[in-house]
Amino acid sequence: MAEFKLPANSTVGRGKTFKAEKGAKKVKSFKIYRWDPDTGANPTQDTYEVDLDKCGPMVLDALIKIKNEVDTTLTFRRSCREGICGSCAMNIDGLNTLACLKPIEDVKGDCKISPLPHLPVVKDLVPDLSQLYAQYRSIEPWLQTDTAAPPDEERKQSKEERAQLDGMWECILCFCCSTSCPSYWWNGDRYLGPAILLQAYRWIADSRDEATGQRLDNLEDPFRLYRCHTIMNCTRTCPKGLNPAEAIGKIKQMMVERQG
Amino acid sequence: MAQQPTTTILRSPLGRVRGLGSARGGTHHWFMQRVTAMALLPLTIWFAISAVTVLAHASYEQAALWVGLPWNAVLLLALIFATFHHTAAGLQVVIEDYAKSETSKLVGILLVKAICWLVGLLATLCVLGLAID
Repeated sequence: MAEFKLPANSTVGRGKTFKAEKGAKKVKSFKIYRWDPDTGANPTQDTYEVDLDKCGPMVLDALIKIKNEVDTTLTFRRSCREGICGSCAMNIDGLNTLACLKPIEDVKGDCKISPLPHLPVVKDLVPDLSQLYAQYRSIEPWLQTDTAAPPDEERKQSKEERAQLDGMWECILCFCCSTSCPSYWWNGDRYLGPAILLQAYRWIADSRDEATGQRLDNLEDPFRLYRCHTIMNCTRTCPKGLNPAEAIGKIKQMMVERQG
Repeated sequence: MAQQPTTTILRSPLGRVRGLGSARGGTHHWFMQRVTAMALLPLTIWFAISAVTVLAHASYEQAALWVGLPWNAVLLLALIFATFHHTAAGLQVVIEDYAKSETSKLVGILLVKAICWLVGLLATLCVLGLAID
């Protein structure tokens, strides 16, 4: 039956505390999940006190300040610092989001940071995304056609057809949604999860694509698609304000529509 | 030193994700669960109101007579079908969500279906008995 015991190495111990400099007036504590694969020890939660007067406004600014000035061993992914690359997705104050888009002042009290939930951890705040990338590959996220492209121009789409892709092309594959979904936690090996299903629908809804039927065939599965029980965690957590739950609902609608 | 996590599966992530392929099913199960849920809404309200207004004050003979009226019998049969279909479909989803081994999943689902079928048939037989009598 279901597993009720935590796996080894998952109990988080109390870690080190790094005090703020003397004279700091606006001090905020960041409690950050730490795990080092090289030691093999259990993870800990280290506390870093940061002087907000000498720090940028976003949680990512604080992380970079800590790594630059306090503890160079702190490990996390980041790149664009403006919510377009999806690298700094992590769980901040209990909600999956992008550290670069999360204002520090939105977090009341201590700011707790941990990696995206229920993924294998590579180190500290860096999760292993291999399964999610493989699932993305499995839905064949590229245009599939039998009709040859016009020889001297692009494949055309009307404004209305193009508008069908709004709310999906904006997805940056940060996987905040998939890792907020209990169904993905329990059955992520077979359930595709909200991020991948949103992407699957992005290609189903594309007027230029000619493989809609095969795409639906590949999704029609009690686990791949129907593990979604519409609890909407995905939509609530999406840092880009998208609605994966709606996309999944539209896929289910099409499944019913093509039956009769 | 704590035990290091070990990898025993060397199959590629894509191979694992593709797994046994799509089952090409699940839509009927999902659709029927919604349909029975919608049917149960008016049926349950009708039955609750009838239970309070008619059955609560009726003697056995009066209740049996009420159940035997054609429309009452048909609605009761519909209520029985929708209830047990919905129960079996819903519990199957719960078991699929949480059962880890294929054996416990199969045994759990078969058990739920057997119980729902048997109790549903028993309830059907009772209504038909009173209606046809």
